[in-house]
Amino acid sequence: MTTTKLTGAEILMKSLLAEGVTTLFGYPGGAIMPVFDALYDYRDRLHHILVRHEQGAIHSAEGYARVSGKVGVCLVTSGPGATNTVTGIADAMLDSTPVVVIAGQVGAKMLGTDAFQECDIVNVTQPITKWAYQIRSAEDVAPAIKKAFYIAQSGRPGPVVLDFTKNAQNETAIYKDSKIGFLRSYEAVPPTSPQSITEAAELINAAKKPLVLIGQGVELGGAQEEVRQLIEKADLPAGCTLLGLSCLPSAHPLNVGMLGMHGSLASNVKTQECDLLIAIGMRFDDRITGNISTYACQAKKIHFDIDPAEINKNVSVDVAVLGNCKETVAQVSALVKPNQHKHWRESFNDHLEKENRIVIEPEVHPSDGPIKMGEVVNKVSTHAHEKAIIVTDVGQNQMMAARYSRFTLNRSIVTSGGMGTMGFGLPAAVGATFGAPERTVCLFVGDGGFQMTIEELGTIMENQCPVKIVLLNNNFLGNVRQWQELFFQRRYSFTHMLSPDYSKIAEAYHIPYRLVTERKGLDVAIQQMLDTNGPYLLEVAVMEEDNVLPMCCPGNDVDDMILDI
Amino acid sequence: MTTEEGKTLYTLIIFSENVAGLLNEITSVFTRRQINIESLNVSASSIEGLHRYTITCWSDECTIKKVNKQIEKKIGVVRSNFFTSTEIYIQEVALFKLSTPKILEHGEISRLIRLHAGKIVEVNPTYAIVTIEGMTNEILSLFHQLMEWDCVLQYVRSGAIAITKDTRELLDEYLVERKKRFLASK
Ligand SMILES: Cc1ncc(C[n+]2csc(CCOP(=O)(O)OP(=O)(O)O)c2C)c(N)n1
Repeated sequence: MTTTKLTGAEILMKSLLAEGVTTLFGYPGGAIMPVFDALYDYRDRLHHILVRHEQGAIHSAEGYARVSGKVGVCLVTSGPGATNTVTGIADAMLDSTPVVVIAGQVGAKMLGTDAFQECDIVNVTQPITKWAYQIRSAEDVAPAIKKAFYIAQSGRPGPVVLDFTKNAQNETAIYKDSKIGFLRSYEAVPPTSPQSITEAAELINAAKKPLVLIGQGVELGGAQEEVRQLIEKADLPAGCTLLGLSCLPSAHPLNVGMLGMHGSLASNVKTQECDLLIAIGMRFDDRITGNISTYACQAKKIHFDIDPAEINKNVSVDVAVLGNCKETVAQVSALVKPNQHKHWRESFNDHLEKENRIVIEPEVHPSDGPIKMGEVVNKVSTHAHEKAIIVTDVGQNQMMAARYSRFTLNRSIVTSGGMGTMGFGLPAAVGATFGAPERTVCLFVGDGGFQMTIEELGTIMENQCPVKIVLLNNNFLGNVRQWQELFFQRRYSFTHMLSPDYSKIAEAYHIPYRLVTERKGLDVAIQQMLDTNGPYLLEVAVMEEDNVLPMCCPGNDVDDMILDI
Repeated sequence: MTTEEGKTLYTLIIFSENVAGLLNEITSVFTRRQINIESLNVSASSIEGLHRYTITCWSDECTIKKVNKQIEKKIGVVRSNFFTSTEIYIQEVALFKLSTPKILEHGEISRLIRLHAGKIVEVNPTYAIVTIEGMTNEILSLFHQLMEWDCVLQYVRSGAIAITKDTRELLDEYLVERKKRFLASK
């Protein structure tokens, strides 16, 4: 055993390597300088990406985590550096994304004195983290990192904040790697009751009109294959949540589309007709359920989840199957009888056809008029052979990207679901290029959200991150404008937005750029974007006052969807 | 105990690691759901390193179940359970500082103190300190009656503390089972 003493900062480097970390997103500053100094000697093993704003670091870490399944790591200074990550931490909390934020902090002796750049980040982030902890001694660095990574990625994943005092970075201790021991106050995966497995199987066997709701938990648990086997064996139609979109191939015959506010008409109408709802790794968000008091009242419900606090939180269920869905779904599958629900399945067709005729066709294949967002998304999906990672920002661009992208591979949708964080897209796409370097990463972003974290073009330039940016420019904060049109008599209060000359911005960052204003140029431009090595900015002038449809208006019953306005 | 709106007085008994900030995290579960905490007591438990919280609040069963799970989910919380008043033995301590001249003036004050088994622990010409133990409503009743005599100089309650009546203990088996599961998963 070694008895050489290392500084807390060096122990951090060794501990990160022991966790298998290869990539960090960060930004230096006074209170984290000893760590950055140590990092200088480790830069061949720990690839640090210098972002342009700490919000960029945290969203990049999220994007990295979402596509790779590994923990995203973020390294920032105290005070403003730490507070700049807060939006992303809250985002990661709501979307169960495993990230570890290591923030500098003033020396332990100065804590509580309002020292320069002191901010009580543990208290600030406690309500929006899975765990927030202050490291005050060098001895504590290795155990804290071990515990932080364990908590961030086990069970229901989530963000962890480590507040690293400067004295702990500078003081020395002996580094020793250890295994995570028993924690009295944390059980990553709750035990599964065998009875819940048999009861779930019995309900599925007895159902005449079953409907499966697939959430991101399936992606997080790596249960895509188990879920596919279950639905194929028992012939269960399945809808996906926004974050669960790439858990099941879009073209799978049992896939009945996205759930919720802008989801497919069929999946929402059938939610109100099914006799059994089988929710897997999803949390009945209000954007999924619409009016909760009328939601699927007629149906029995099974809820597979790893987080006991999700059971009966929003919707009361008949059977709760706790545990990791990779195991529980397989166990239920084994007891499920092969079945056919031909009649029930075919009853979806009318709704699919109706939505296709009224909403999808005019959006995806318009014959004249301005270019439409859905049309662009559909073409990008086709040109990328349905294999790209689709990153979105928030707003109409997000809903259109979700509705009209087709997925064939897992972990292919990166979007801010729970928080709806504008400005998420660009940095998350940067992170995705590092998390899945072998894959094509396409970002759909609106003119509003693009301008929120546009500084990350600097990160893209410096690292030549191959992000294919599709800027859907409608000169509006489109999503809000749509709500103003629908609910505020078209009073467009501060939703029209002037954009800079994006060609000049792209030029300044040495990023290839093209503007498309006419339909006939679209295919060639998309192909060129995808053929170009490295980053690309494709600006498409899309219809200004287009609407995302269908729509279940807030508070309405989930099957009460408007198809046209 | 149930109110007109169908609310029940629940007592949560929570065990947590002794870490900074956890009290804040636990109370925030109540505030986020707009539940008023009636009383709160925290002290070291019989298990080394673990703190025991006793929190009482008015709520309904559906909500308290969710609150309980959300508390138990906090890293640092070992276990949280909730009880109705019949499932626990619950006590509170109150201290009164009463005006000695008023006590001497009105014999009824001494009678009230005796009636509630209050103990006078210190007397001087200015004031007397009285302690009483009991259920919260008993203490409140004494307080209101004393207030009528205009004799209360100071008054404080400890917050309820509770012991379960179940024959099984809250943590022992639970932690053994949990540890077994942890080792099995490794
Ligand atoms: C940080 C943040 N601020 C405000 C909002 C509210 N909001 C939701 S969508 C939207 C409009 C987005 O406009 P744009 O980025 O141009 O995209 P579009 O909807 O036009 O596709 C706004 C302002 C938000 N979600 N996030």
